[in-house]
Amino acid sequence: MQTTPIKAALTAASFALVASFGLAVALPATAATGGVQVMIKNFDFMPMDVTVPVGGSVTWKNLDEEPHTVTSPDGSFKSDALDEYDTYTFKFTKPGVYKYLCTIHPRMRATVTVK
Amino acid sequence: MDHNTTRRGALACLGVGTGTLFALSGGVLTGFDLAQAAEPGAGVIVGTPLFAQISDSHIGFNKAANPDVAGTFTQCIGLINALPQPPAFVIHTGDITHLSKAAEFDQAQGLMQQLKVTEVHTTPGEHDVTDGVGTEYFNRFGAASKNKGYYSFDHKGVHLVALVNVMQFKPGGLASIGDEQMSWLKDDLVGRPSSQPIVLFAHMPMWSIYEPWGWGSSDHDQLMTLIGRFGSVTVLNGHIHQIVSKVEGHVTFHTARATAFPQPAPGVGPAPRPLAVPAEQLPSMIGVTSISQTSLHKPLRLTDTTLA
Repeated sequence: MQTTPIKAALTAASFALVASFGLAVALPATAATGGVQVMIKNFDFMPMDVTVPVGGSVTWKNLDEEPHTVTSPDGSFKSDALDEYDTYTFKFTKPGVYKYLCTIHPRMRATVTVK
Repeated sequence: MDHNTTRRGALACLGVGTGTLFALSGGVLTGFDLAQAAEPGAGVIVGTPLFAQISDSHIGFNKAANPDVAGTFTQCIGLINALPQPPAFVIHTGDITHLSKAAEFDQAQGLMQQLKVTEVHTTPGEHDVTDGVGTEYFNRFGAASKNKGYYSFDHKGVHLVALVNVMQFKPGGLASIGDEQMSWLKDDLVGRPSSQPIVLFAHMPMWSIYEPWGWGSSDHDQLMTLIGRFGSVTVLNGHIHQIVSKVEGHVTFHTARATAFPQPAPGVGPAPRPLAVPAEQLPSMIGVTSISQTSLHKPLRLTDTTLA
């Protein structure tokens, strides 16, 4: 597995997505990069469950002032602490159901399904 | 005590007031507010100062709730340094940094060098270990425990134990020290006389304060079976950025204020996020704790002091 934190590069794309879909909606969006976006807002991952094809990417963006992490308990993917507006992208290369959580607020839990 | 005037003067000079001083007042740690200690005739530190607690410095945080966390951390260090009888050491109960970044740890360690004590004992908060085991926090503070994070030591007859309860994830996000650490703690305590004062310190509360926000412990009951026989146990933590205390048998639980910013009272508002208050109110909501001892057979004395 390969971790790809690309904060600066994705910032512009993320803002574009926010503009297109609106903050409140935060639907999973297929960006120009072919990825899905998950917003972190009010101590929740939104949406909590997303599905991507094998080889697809998920980009998380933290909209809270409080930092959060995107962490797979089995270590298959793991972000740094994401400060406000930081993003983290991971490309999923194997099918499966991946649970993850925020290690700073471990009651925040969600899943990525890859198929 | 006649040194009270001196302390009041020193505190007034510093213009600070966020901390808690702990004293062993006959076996139970008793906390008293450092600002209160600065009032004439109030909160006099009785007995021998043992150590001071600082918590939740969140170095790296720069938002509205406190744009200058390094400044208030420095003020809190000054508060401890100004005590007429300096404590032997200081404990930091975690969230030293905000984002576990090397530069944040560098800055925090640089500031802590201003403490006029020879030892600083730490335990990590969840903000310090977002990069996992064996990285920034452990590179700097892991040697005492061979990178386990938990360890124990003795001071003036008091047995102190640092525990890590921010790296095991339980449903609901409750704190947990886990089976391996619990087993180690059992072995660490087993031969000790019940009359020996015990101090446990960790980052997250080790009893239930508000579980919807994860402000609780999943192994509190198991812990109590190990410490319940002792005549004086003091359990110190941070994490919730406000003073909350509870006495359970001979066990006193106490959370310290942050040096960085306050958080909402349990359940007030949607989430445990930094609480922005008017600038003039901030000094009254951050501080340190001091611990002192009046007798081996009485509770330790805790004193909470704010920067106000």
